[in-house]
Amino acid sequence: MTSAHYRIVHATCYRYSAPVSLAKQLAHLWPRDCPWQRCRSRELHVGPPPTWRIDDLDAFGNPLTRLAFECPHHELEVRARLQVEVLPRPAFDLADSPAWEQVCLGLAYSGRPLDAEQLEAARFRFDSPYVLLEQSFAAYADDCFVAGRPLLLAVQALMEKIFREFTFDAAATQVATPLEQVLEERRGVCQDFAHLMLACLRSRGLAARYVSGYLLTQPPPGQPRLIGADASHAWISVYCPRQGWVDFDPTNNMRPALEHITLAWGRDFADVSPLRGVILGGGSHDPEVSVTVMPLAEAERHAL
Amino acid sequence: MSDLFADHPRDAATYHELFDASGKVRPHWRPMFDFLRRFTPAQLRQRQALLTRQIQENGVTYNVYADPDGADRPWELDLLPNIIPAEEWQQLAEGVAQRATLLNAVLADVYGPQRLLAEGLLPTDLVFGHSNFLWPCRGIEPPGGTWLHVYAVDLARAPDGRWWVTADRTQAPSGAGYALENRQFVSRAFPDLYRDLRVQYVAGYFHTLRETLAREAPSDGETPLVVLLTPGRFNETYFEHLYLARQLGYPLVEGSDLTVRDATVYLKTLGGLKRVHALLRRLDDDYCDPLELRTDSALGVPGLLDAVREGRVLVANALGSGVLESPGLPGFLPAISRKLFGEELLLPSIASWWCGEPPVLQEVLKKLPQLMIRSAYPARHFDPLFGPDLDAKQRAALAERLRQRPYAYVGLERPQLSRAPMWEGERGKLEARPIGMRVFAVASADGYRVMPGGLTRVAGHANAEMLSMQRGGASKDTWVLGGRHAASEPWQWVRPLGVADIVRSDPYLPSRVVENLYWFGRYSERCEEGARLLRIMLAGYVDNGNDPQAQQAALAVAEGLGLLPAPSCDCDLEGRLRRAVLGKDWPSSLRNNLQYLHMAAASVRGKLSQQNWQALLELQRAAHCLENEEADLGELLDFLDSQLVSMAALSGFVLDDMTRDHGWLFLLIGCRIERLQFLAESIAGFLRGRAVHDQSALTWLLELGNSSITYRTRYLATAQLIPVLDLLLLDEQNPHAVLYQLHVLRSSLRRLGESFEMAPGPDLQAMHDRLAAFDLGRLEYNPFAYPDNPAAPNELADLLCEVAAETGRLSDHLGLRFFVHVDASQRTQSR
Repeated sequence: MTSAHYRIVHATCYRYSAPVSLAKQLAHLWPRDCPWQRCRSRELHVGPPPTWRIDDLDAFGNPLTRLAFECPHHELEVRARLQVEVLPRPAFDLADSPAWEQVCLGLAYSGRPLDAEQLEAARFRFDSPYVLLEQSFAAYADDCFVAGRPLLLAVQALMEKIFREFTFDAAATQVATPLEQVLEERRGVCQDFAHLMLACLRSRGLAARYVSGYLLTQPPPGQPRLIGADASHAWISVYCPRQGWVDFDPTNNMRPALEHITLAWGRDFADVSPLRGVILGGGSHDPEVSVTVMPLAEAERHAL
Repeated sequence: MSDLFADHPRDAATYHELFDASGKVRPHWRPMFDFLRRFTPAQLRQRQALLTRQIQENGVTYNVYADPDGADRPWELDLLPNIIPAEEWQQLAEGVAQRATLLNAVLADVYGPQRLLAEGLLPTDLVFGHSNFLWPCRGIEPPGGTWLHVYAVDLARAPDGRWWVTADRTQAPSGAGYALENRQFVSRAFPDLYRDLRVQYVAGYFHTLRETLAREAPSDGETPLVVLLTPGRFNETYFEHLYLARQLGYPLVEGSDLTVRDATVYLKTLGGLKRVHALLRRLDDDYCDPLELRTDSALGVPGLLDAVREGRVLVANALGSGVLESPGLPGFLPAISRKLFGEELLLPSIASWWCGEPPVLQEVLKKLPQLMIRSAYPARHFDPLFGPDLDAKQRAALAERLRQRPYAYVGLERPQLSRAPMWEGERGKLEARPIGMRVFAVASADGYRVMPGGLTRVAGHANAEMLSMQRGGASKDTWVLGGRHAASEPWQWVRPLGVADIVRSDPYLPSRVVENLYWFGRYSERCEEGARLLRIMLAGYVDNGNDPQAQQAALAVAEGLGLLPAPSCDCDLEGRLRRAVLGKDWPSSLRNNLQYLHMAAASVRGKLSQQNWQALLELQRAAHCLENEEADLGELLDFLDSQLVSMAALSGFVLDDMTRDHGWLFLLIGCRIERLQFLAESIAGFLRGRAVHDQSALTWLLELGNSSITYRTRYLATAQLIPVLDLLLLDEQNPHAVLYQLHVLRSSLRRLGESFEMAPGPDLQAMHDRLAAFDLGRLEYNPFAYPDNPAAPNELADLLCEVAAETGRLSDHLGLRFFVHVDASQRTQSR
């Protein structure tokens, strides 16, 4: 299997009904480096030009751009243009993982020293702003976690269950919709499914993190790919002592491979939302977001 | 000999602060005991009443969340202090200082190298699972390596006499201000005893706090400006924030008073932005920066973390220090202390079992019937459960919860509380009540210093097992005996002030406070004028049509001003009047305006005197009372009368009590703008009506302009149009005349212009001149020309409407110049 090359353009535009006198924005729009992915080029265009900009890494190691705008403005556009190469990940058998109970026990506190990998995993086992653990999440996943089942098979079963039982419905939820409501109504978008799956795993004491990124989508047969019609995507990654972090995409019931482009990871959406900010003034506003993910060769034909 | 102590229990099973196990008075209590024995219950009652009155007069309050009767409950303080001998205190203080040092080191580790976590000395669960562990703060080292500038610890005394730690307060400990306040009152209740017992002073604590913040603030060579950041007046300890800010001399600010530019924190003042070097915060960790922390918080300062990260501001306590507030933590401290400092802890913590370790969970499940179960994370709203109170079914459900997520729970031995005598005024005797102490430590250049004293908390009743101010407890002063240090100060420490320190106006007056003073002025005037007009209409209605034309004119004016609902088929005049006074759904009802007045006043409470505040509460209370019952019209009239009296008192306070600083100037401008608009519009409305020469109508117009007495003494005659208009429009000596308002506004604006650059605004001078030039002679009664030719009255009315409109523009002009950055911020997020 060879690698895949992509052009990604992610533009966010705010048009404010009243002038904004002061704004601060945090952008998670540059892909992090990981063994299965290389970022070949990255640009971030910001208009109006910020009065203050710092390119930094956040506490989870993701690239983070801090922007401040201290002059009045009516409009804000942040546009990331990326070229990314995704490499094949090593194949392995999901059944070749320890029983899930054993993994839970290994992650629980014992007074023994932790190595760097365990300390890292420990960050992703608990409540986070959008993933508040409740009994109901553990109960939902009970039939996937049968006694003695290898961890990764159990996680795969959970992914399938969510895929099977939930309907993708962009109108059903918003960023702040509580997870319990998602579970009850069985509808949502990729973030909701990722959060739900995290809640199911963490409420058993497992370590699982939220991954934000993009997915290459295929246009309907015979139709051209539309520019700007894509969206941010989200899936999860679970920690398994033998294989390290293993990704699962509950929205598409698949294990991310060459078509998933990783941007950032954290405890949940709150840690890695693509662009979030606080503005002074502004009146009412709705962001216009457009995302295009295109194989590089095709993008070059479109001069994208 | 009095029998005050006759009923006092002397059992050995409980530790009594007053009596030892054999029933003898403990030596350090002896002087107080002998002193009290000379008292009769009546005398004690009198002293307690005096104390309580002082508390009310000083406005000491404690807000109770979710209390429908409104916030502001008076602070409960017992007459008798809790007394601790010097040698016992010495040991306690060493233990508290040691613990503060240790907790500071734990913070340095969890926000730094995390070695304690890697080595297994501290479970990651207690840190990463805690909502006050702020990931964005990892790697930030605060100035001076101090995370905990102030620390408080809750202590309970077991039957063996030892003090045990029941909780650590590391985020934004409250209570030190109440401790100082308690000291002020109780030392006055027993002045001789207080002096003779050589009770140690507590004020040094605040002095050290000031020194520490000034020393560690990144000042870049400037005199550091320190502010006290409060979540606002709805917080349970808001009074303490006000009090501390005054004692420490720090401006009391809310998040929206601050702004971050170029990673530097500034206070928005009337005179522009002033750099802030340090923040003493009473706002919870995760609310401090809506950009990087809790995005749903409107209380914080967006970008604060940028300034902290760049080392441009000190935040005390450091952001994220609340992570140590967990009942699961103390169990790990002894080992951490040995590891980091090679020391044993001097102060024990009450026994706790954190369930995150499988063998510990088993032990807790076994002991469930005896233990108290708490959440390891205070943000999780899980009320503590007491094993002994649960039945078998509840216990099984709890056990299941623990098994599901063991690391989120802690089993605790129930703290045993000692008893101290408290004066029970209602029953006229002393009662032995459970107590606990909150003790405070502050970082200094040479380690932590412990306040010799603190806040003693008293349970709500004799058999209570928990202490909580939220659940109706009381407090005591804490007297540590034996030897004042020569260097310590009286309760209100005094820094010698010289000529160089003289301050004539507050340079750090936040714009928000000034804006609220402005609106306070406008609403107090609006309420007063509104009440006067409503009173005229109601009186007219009760008199039942003595002069229907005059009454009709009043109704028309009120409708024109939007103060009276328009006639409709389902509401008769009485209904409309009621609605205008008390209607919740009528936007400009007196009731609603009183509420706005109260809101504006509450936001500037720090600037108002206590009497001022009391007068306001009185107004609010009266309206509240009427609402609850169907008042008859007589009662409504009474209510309006008393409102007018209270309003007059309020204006008196404002005129007399407040210093003439810029805040006062804005308040005054607010009053004048409101009065000018009201007068101009109501007289214009009157002139357009059909009652311009009606005597009763002119009489109420005088009353509306609060000028009846002046008129009567000047003219000794009934009201007539020309002299009435002269008095209400043109007489610059009459504080209720239109020209007078224009005159005062012009001079106030001139004063403002001396301090601030201002673009030219609406031309008040031109208005003044045009009005002054108006020839009232044109309105003289002419039976041939009038009323068929109303040109002159209409012309005057038009001119007055122009005055009112120009006044509205002036208000906008001031808002744009001074308050535009007071705008609310909002959050944005793209998915």
